[in-house]
Amino acid sequence: MSGGVDSSVAALLLKEQGYDVVGAHMKLWDYVDVGADIYKDGRCCTIDSVTDCRFVCDSIDAPFYVLNMSKEFKATVIDDFVSEYHKGRTPNPCVRCNSDVKWNEFLHKAEKLGCDYIATGHYAKIEQSSSGRWHIRKGTDDTRDQSYVLWGVTQQALSKTLMPLGNLLKSAVREIAHKHNLRTADKPESREICFVADNNYRRFLRDWEEKHGSESVPGQIVHENGEVMGQHNGIAHFTVGQRKGLGITHPTPLYVQRVEVDTHRVIVGDNDSLFVSKLEASGINWIGGSADNGAFEAEIKIRYLHTPAVGKVTPHSETEASIEFSEPQRAVTSGQSVVFYNGDIVLGGGIIDRA
Amino acid sequence: MMEQIYLDHNATTPVDPEVADIMSRYFVKEFGNASSVHNFGRNAKVALENAREQIAEFINCEPAELYFTSGGTESDNIAVLGTTYQYKKRKNHLIVGSTEHHAVFEPAEFLHQKENWDLDFLPVNTAGFCTANELEELITDKTALVSVMHANNETGTIQDIKTLAQIANSQKVLFHTDAVQSIGKITVDVKELGVDMLSLTAHKIYGPKGIGALFIRQGVKIAPLFYGGSHEKKRRPGTENVAGAVGLARALEIAGKKMEQDHKKLSELSDYFIDKVSSAIPDVAFNGSREKRIPQTVNLSFVGIEGESILLSLDLEGIACSSGSACTSGSTEPSHVLTAMGKPKIEAQGAIRISLGRSTTVEQLDYVVEKLIPIIERLRSLSPVYEKG
Repeated sequence: MSGGVDSSVAALLLKEQGYDVVGAHMKLWDYVDVGADIYKDGRCCTIDSVTDCRFVCDSIDAPFYVLNMSKEFKATVIDDFVSEYHKGRTPNPCVRCNSDVKWNEFLHKAEKLGCDYIATGHYAKIEQSSSGRWHIRKGTDDTRDQSYVLWGVTQQALSKTLMPLGNLLKSAVREIAHKHNLRTADKPESREICFVADNNYRRFLRDWEEKHGSESVPGQIVHENGEVMGQHNGIAHFTVGQRKGLGITHPTPLYVQRVEVDTHRVIVGDNDSLFVSKLEASGINWIGGSADNGAFEAEIKIRYLHTPAVGKVTPHSETEASIEFSEPQRAVTSGQSVVFYNGDIVLGGGIIDRA
Repeated sequence: MMEQIYLDHNATTPVDPEVADIMSRYFVKEFGNASSVHNFGRNAKVALENAREQIAEFINCEPAELYFTSGGTESDNIAVLGTTYQYKKRKNHLIVGSTEHHAVFEPAEFLHQKENWDLDFLPVNTAGFCTANELEELITDKTALVSVMHANNETGTIQDIKTLAQIANSQKVLFHTDAVQSIGKITVDVKELGVDMLSLTAHKIYGPKGIGALFIRQGVKIAPLFYGGSHEKKRRPGTENVAGAVGLARALEIAGKKMEQDHKKLSELSDYFIDKVSSAIPDVAFNGSREKRIPQTVNLSFVGIEGESILLSLDLEGIACSSGSACTSGSTEPSHVLTAMGKPKIEAQGAIRISLGRSTTVEQLDYVVEKLIPIIERLRSLSPVYEKG
C-alpha cells in the first residue's frame, strides 16, 4: 500500500470479498539518501503516506506493517537508474521495481507471513488461460492502464497475484473510497518516480554523483550533420527526444537524437530525424506470447504514455528480438521498455537496446 | 476476535488500575498547578513532593537529588548532554556501553559528530557484560562521563554497575546508569551502586507513559536542556506533571511490594519457556546471561531466519512480542546489542524478544510455543540460508 486511493480500495475490495487482508507498505528509500526534504516533500514513502495506510487498514480491520526494503531497492532500482543514465540510456525504474522488488522480495516476505497472494492497486488484470498459463491484460480504464510496467513479472509470481482494480474505472475507485469514507479518497495521484521527490531527475543525478564521488565526464553536443554545437557536463543528463536544457542556440528546434557513451557525445537534430522504424530489444519476458513460433504482428508500446503502434516482432532467441514498425515512431529510447500486445493481452516485453 | 497475548512488557506495560485510580484524582480534582501559590497549587505541590520523597526513598537518595522528567529518553539526554556541557572547557571524552539504548547512544553520537567530543564504546562479552579492566583502559584525564545501563532492554543482562562506577569514581569521572529496565524489578539503590546519575521511567512498571525521573547526586554540575521557569530547580522547567509523578510513585510502591513475588514467578515462567522452546525447536540460541538477567526478558535467536518475519507471523496469531527494541523497529539491520555481543549475523537477525509480565500465564506460553513451531518451520523452509542439521 502506497498510501494512495488505489491500493486503499484494492485492500477494501478484497476484504469485502472475504479475504484475510494484511496491509503492507514498502519503505523503499530514505530521505537522506535521495536528497529530499523530509519536512517539505510529502508523498509516497513519507510518514504521512504511512499514516494514511495505517488509518485505512484500521478502518477495514486489517493488520498493517511497514516493511523496510530500502537496501534491496537501492541495490536493484536506484543503482541501476543511475548507471543506466550514465550509459546514455533512459531507464524505467518502476518496471525494475516491479520485477525485482515487488514481485520478488516483497512476494517472498508475504509468503513468509503465510500469505497465499499479494495484491496491488494496479489497473491491469491477471487471468489464467485453459493451458494453465497466466496472462496480463490491460485494465478496463484505458486512461489508467498499467500493464506496460508489469511485463517483467514471472509466471510463478503472477500465479500469486491479485489485482482487484483491473475491471474498474478510476472514477469508480474514487467513488468506492468515498462511499466507505476512506481518507485517501481524494488524494491526488502521482505518476512520477517516487524517489525523485522534486520530480527533477537531473538534480537527483547531480546529488547522487556528488555524494558517491562519481564524476561526470563533459563532452560535445554535435549536430547530426557533424557540426559541433556546444559543450555539456555529462551524458547522464540527456534523454532521447529532449529539447529543453540543451544550452545551445539554433534557428530551428533541436532534439536529442542519441547519446554516445564511448565518445561522450550528445547528437542533436531536427524533429523528423527522431522517427525510426526499427529497434532491438533484450531481456525479454514472454507472458501471452512465445519466441517459438517465429515472427508475429503485434501492437507495440515503447513508453508508458505511448499509443501502441502496429509492427512485427521477430524473436532471435528466448530473450532477444527485432521490432519493425509499420509507421516510423518518434523518440525510440534505449533503456525504456517495449511491450507487445495482442488487443488487451500482454504478449511480452523487454528493454530497448538500440533504435 | 482471536485471543491476544501480550509478551512485550519491556516495551511498555499496562497501567495498574490502582495507579490509574490515584492518578485520576490529580487530573480531575486536585488539578492545580504545583507552582501556584493558592490552595489548589499547594495541594498539587504537596502531592508532587510526596511522590518525590517516596521515589527518593525507593532508590535511597535525597528528595532534593531527584528530578522529574518526561521519561527515560529525556533523563538520559539530560545526563549525557547536561554534564558534558558543564565540562566542555576541560574535558572532551565520553564512554558509553556498546549495548546502550539509543537514548544514550544518539546524544553521545551528537556530541561526537557536532561538538568534536571523543567517544568510546565500552565493549561487552558474549553474554553482554562490560568488564572493569576495559573501562579502566578507556578512561583518560579528558573523560567527563561514563554511561552504562543497569539492565539491558533487549537481553535483560544486569551489569555490575557497582564495580564499573567505582572505577569511574576513583578517576574522578562521572558515572550515569540507565535503570529504566531494572527499576522496580530488582533492588536499585543509588548509594549501593555508587552512581552519580540514574535514569528511570514509569511505563515499564505498570505506571503511566510520559513521566520519569533523573537522580543527580548532590554536587554534580549539570546544565539544563530546557529553559523557561524555576521548576525542578531550573534543571527541568515546565509545569509539573503531578498526576504522572503520583502515578510513578504508586507504581514503584506496588513494584516494591511485589518485587520478590514477581521475580520468582517470572524466573520460573521464563525458565519454563526457554526450556520448552529449546526442546521443541532445533537451532535456537539464548542471547544474554540466563543467571544475571531481569527474569522477564527472554531473547532467543532462531538460526537462519529474520526476527521481523517471526514477529509479524506471531502478530497475525495474536501474539505480541518484539525483535529488539521497539524504538528501533522498522530497520532490518541486526540488533546493535547482539552484534556488540559478537553474535554472528545469521543469529542476530533471527532474534526475537519475549518479555513477560504480571499477567503472563503458563497457558499463554504453551500457546506461544504451539504457534511458534509451525511458524519457524515455515520460515526455515523458505530460508535460503538455513541448513538443517
